[in-house]
Amino acid sequence: MGKRTAIVGFGQTYQRSSRKDVNGVELINEAVIAALADAELTIKDIDAVVIGNMDHFEGINYVDMWSVEGSGGVMKPIMKVTTGGTTGTTVAMCAYYHVASGMFDKVLAIGWEKNSESDTTGAIITAFDPIWERPNIGGAIAGLAVEASKYMDNYGITERDGARVAVRERLHALNNPYAHLHQEWMKGMEADKIVDLLVTSEQNQMLAYPLRMSDMCPRTDGAAAVIFASEDIAEKIAPIPAWVISTANRHNYVYLGDINWDANDTLEAASRKVFEKAGVKEPLKEIDICEIYLPYSYAGLKWMESIGFCGPGQGPRLVWDGVTDMDGELPVNPSGGVMSSNPIGATALLRVGEAAWQIMGKAGPRQVKKDVNLALATGFGGCNWADVMLLGKKRPS
Amino acid sequence: MSKMESENIYYEGRIKVPYKWYVGETGSRFFIALRDKKEIWGIRCPRCRKVYVPPVKNCWECFIPTKEWVRLKDTGTLESFTVVHYPNEVIPKKPPVVYGLIKIDGADGSLLHFVGDIDISELKTGMRVRAVFADERAGNILDIKHFAPIP
Repeated sequence: MGKRTAIVGFGQTYQRSSRKDVNGVELINEAVIAALADAELTIKDIDAVVIGNMDHFEGINYVDMWSVEGSGGVMKPIMKVTTGGTTGTTVAMCAYYHVASGMFDKVLAIGWEKNSESDTTGAIITAFDPIWERPNIGGAIAGLAVEASKYMDNYGITERDGARVAVRERLHALNNPYAHLHQEWMKGMEADKIVDLLVTSEQNQMLAYPLRMSDMCPRTDGAAAVIFASEDIAEKIAPIPAWVISTANRHNYVYLGDINWDANDTLEAASRKVFEKAGVKEPLKEIDICEIYLPYSYAGLKWMESIGFCGPGQGPRLVWDGVTDMDGELPVNPSGGVMSSNPIGATALLRVGEAAWQIMGKAGPRQVKKDVNLALATGFGGCNWADVMLLGKKRPS
Repeated sequence: MSKMESENIYYEGRIKVPYKWYVGETGSRFFIALRDKKEIWGIRCPRCRKVYVPPVKNCWECFIPTKEWVRLKDTGTLESFTVVHYPNEVIPKKPPVVYGLIKIDGADGSLLHFVGDIDISELKTGMRVRAVFADERAGNILDIKHFAPIP
């Protein structure tokens, strides 16, 4: 077995629709400086850098080299990984592998995106097969809408059920100063009243049935950075490090029509593997908080089932009962999640960083009001790729 | 020194790169039958017996070559759908556009494609559809114009 590894620092930019005041390299630098400050380290302490984004959003293909001024990677081992929506979690996994291998002590993981610099759908469609799928698919929204529509048909799910997830994410985001969407008008309102408004308002445009504007994530400019350290030094750097307990990823994409749309098979398999390695038998009871990559509302129902928090078709009950709210048994996305901030290459790394901060007790106004021993972070990529990482307060034996 | 002006300058660019994506012999055979005969063919894995549409050269579950071509009907079942209300350059039609997952009779997976000739209020998961072929066919997936409900 390799070295036990922990997260000892996390930093992020304020997530915004457009950062016209900085270029990509400068944006990356903001997150790196914040993460170093959080860990009370300097760039000299960093042994290697792993960086990722989705190339086509900025049209820059050598981000590892291009970004060194901002990342601090000058004359250091640096590696770029890019896996679509999961890029952030894959960057985290790769940094973890670097440290766990025993070859590096302190590794900096960076995810970033300037979505405002190009056409999101134009960039995302490059993730699909040029011959068989690009001519006849409608980008990310339509693909997710087909999934939602099937889930609704399978279990009699309503538009109100989907909206309830969106409301949770937006209410949580109000506690997160870094979040992109702050829907202040929701403040202090009852969740079901907001749900009623969302499903009846004509201003809340139907994009692709059953998905309205409020069901979708935004497109965001932002960056995130997370520092991983080995068991030899983690506790010297951070009073409470967030240990990596287990991690797994799965990919099953061939063609969209071949995927089993009745479940999220990749997320289910990756979660099972992670729980098996960690000895987690009852996820709902044992896990204290989640930062789950939910790019749209209905995923907050169906994918909860895939992870194993409840049985098939039971996602809505979990959400309506308040189990996943800030004061519930399993708070989901205290940060406001992907539906409140989505700088694509950074999005999944934000899940990891936010989950780590909940363990480290550093989440400020969005810190859950209970002891956090186990926190789950996930990533989702448009071609049905799933990354799962379980973090814990207790140093693994 | 005079006060410096503040303005966020941007540089506008456009990367336009021509590509030629070769389909491969397996896919080409599918497109030739579609283009020349308006026929839909699947390919079967000798081990798990799954029939793939679009055809694949290798079964991704058994990880062995597929061999046996299977002539399929042009009918199928609508497994799921969405109606897109926003226009976008990547969508070659004006909204509202209906996308569906169509399970072609005899195939194991579905095909994501357009649904047309339909009143949107009549869309229903499980409905029977038939392929409508394009008049001008070029040997690509849009040689199937869309799937239309079977009355």
